[in-house]
Amino acid sequence: MAFPDSLLIIPGAPVLSVMALLVLLSLLLYFARFPAHRSILALSRVLHNGLRLSAHSVMLAEKRLNQRNREVLLASGREAAEHIIEREFERIDATIRRDLAEYPALQRQLSEEITAIDEDYQKSTEVPPSPPGWVKAVEAVAKISAKDDPMVGNILNGIHGSLVKAHEKALAEYRKGSHERHRLLKGMMPHWRKLLTLLSQTDKRINSLLERSRTIDTKMDEYEEITKQTDRAVSMLSSSAMTQFFIASFVLAIAIGGAIINFNLIARPMQEMVGGASYLMGYKTANIAAMVIILVEVAMGLFLMESLRITRLFPVIGALDDKLRVRMIWVTFTILTLLASIEAGLAFMRERLSQEDAALVADLLSNSELVAATSNQWITTAAQMGMGFILPFALTFVAIPLESFIHSLRTVVGTLVSAVLRAAALILRLLGNVAHHGGSTLVNIYDLTIFLPMWFEKLIKNRKRNRQIKSFKEKHGAVRSNSNVQDTGEFQIGTRYSMGG
Amino acid sequence: MRQAIGMSIIVVTLFVLQGCAESGPYNRGVYMLMDTSGTYTKELDKAQHIINFILAKLNPEDSFAVARIDTGSFSEKDIVTKVTFDSRPSMANKQKRNFRDEIDKFVKNVKPSSFTDISSGILQAIEYLNEKQPGNKTILIFSDLKEELRKGFIRDIPLQLTGYDVVALNVTKLRSDNVDPREYMDRMELWQQRINSGGGNWRVINDLERLEGILKE
Repeated sequence: MAFPDSLLIIPGAPVLSVMALLVLLSLLLYFARFPAHRSILALSRVLHNGLRLSAHSVMLAEKRLNQRNREVLLASGREAAEHIIEREFERIDATIRRDLAEYPALQRQLSEEITAIDEDYQKSTEVPPSPPGWVKAVEAVAKISAKDDPMVGNILNGIHGSLVKAHEKALAEYRKGSHERHRLLKGMMPHWRKLLTLLSQTDKRINSLLERSRTIDTKMDEYEEITKQTDRAVSMLSSSAMTQFFIASFVLAIAIGGAIINFNLIARPMQEMVGGASYLMGYKTANIAAMVIILVEVAMGLFLMESLRITRLFPVIGALDDKLRVRMIWVTFTILTLLASIEAGLAFMRERLSQEDAALVADLLSNSELVAATSNQWITTAAQMGMGFILPFALTFVAIPLESFIHSLRTVVGTLVSAVLRAAALILRLLGNVAHHGGSTLVNIYDLTIFLPMWFEKLIKNRKRNRQIKSFKEKHGAVRSNSNVQDTGEFQIGTRYSMGG
Repeated sequence: MRQAIGMSIIVVTLFVLQGCAESGPYNRGVYMLMDTSGTYTKELDKAQHIINFILAKLNPEDSFAVARIDTGSFSEKDIVTKVTFDSRPSMANKQKRNFRDEIDKFVKNVKPSSFTDISSGILQAIEYLNEKQPGNKTILIFSDLKEELRKGFIRDIPLQLTGYDVVALNVTKLRSDNVDPREYMDRMELWQQRINSGGGNWRVINDLERLEGILKE
């Protein structure tokens, strides 16, 4: 490396020139040391204060952002909880309406069944057979002695026969009555069964209501936590938002994959419609047209989901009156079906065009391997058409993860920005401290570069001091104690001066 | 706010219009010169193979012309066939088949010419491609590059080839080249110099089994 001639202060001696320059520079730095030290220390103070202030303001911003994040999180959580509770109440309302509407009919059925059972029961009661009226007369006749008169014996035999007959008749009637009672009791069984079914149905409905009320209780507890703005609620909502964000991202990634497949299905045939070599902003118009069709499908899907009140991305659609909303459902569904049909047609066309392209290339290049096998071609054609028809409907459901993604994104971005601000504050503080201690270090390094003049300075001062001590001793050699004191004072002053220098 | 929306709409519209205006330069223009002088006509089946390969590679709205190099090539009559493909791929495919048939017919009936006027063939190619104004301009020269001009013909004309890609194909070695290979090298160097001095990009492809790089993407 050549030494520049302009710096060659001693002609023909570059080493000496360098040394002379170093000495000059060193002297220059030595004479400028006090202002230089002051400047370095002042700069370090300025930097330290500036960075500390910046760190403080960043921390304040982070605090404000955290507060804002908290408010947003609680507001969205409150909204979601309100939505869920509202839905639960709607369900309870629907259940109660349905069950209460059936209640008079149920009550009527129950009372009918109970009346029928009661009537049957009344009919089935056992009525004791009344003793015949002539039994007492028979008793009196039976007391007459039959030993003397054979006629009495005959009469008694006749009475006996009549009694046997009456007994048999009574027995037959009793049996008939018992049979009738049993028949009535048997007839009560279906009524009991129906009663049991009706009561178990009622029990089931009541249990379902109880279940829903328990869910509402849980949700109400959560809602209370949110309205009280407790840390538990914030932590719960934040964790839920993070989970939602990752799940929604995953599902959206799948949907994007589906959209790409869909795009490839229709991009080639679109060239037949809008031209194969037309470009729009550097992109093929056919590709843009295919992308627009897919985006329109996604938009229709969003509107359909909004109209069905599955998502709540557009409050205007949700607030429409039911009649208009239902109309919108049918319109969006019809457009989606049309687009799906168009896509199926385009997928079919794509297959035909691909075959034609392959045949032409094979023809031109005389390559028979390129000619596609046509035996099972219908399978791929059918599969492509099926995909072309199904994918638009599948893309409709993108609205659900998209809503979750958008809602959770606010929280995630807020948390990320907060973390970045915290890190920035930490770095600023660190830099502030570095600037603070860096000033002292720079002063020391500065002194290191001028060690030679400083050493000379110290040497001269020491010699001067020694000379002073010597002359002092010569003048006041007898008074030791005083001179000791003065010596120490001189030495201290000299040291401080040399150190300060 | 309204002003901002209005401005955004104007900007987007301008963007779209600008995009529409830029639709031209993405297409390709290829002009192929086929040497039909003397014994080189025997090589024309290779030219057919190259043409078919190019046809397979070209897209809708691309332009392609094939012309012969003969005694005086600066003439539209020397263009064997030319086409600008339709924007619809299916129509473009039909045009490609017709183009191939035309070339097949020409190769069957071609008669050898006495002289080889390559320079004017290139001038004709420049004229054709400048008229078509494609995004990429390529001139393919299927020849041994030995120019032989009829007496009195002036071809010492500087070529304006800025933005052109000139590819020499199947540059065969002549008998005289075998005697003194410097002739071949000098010939190649001369053409390279002529093309480069005109602002063009010069390439040579002799291995016809590897034609993938014949057209720049």
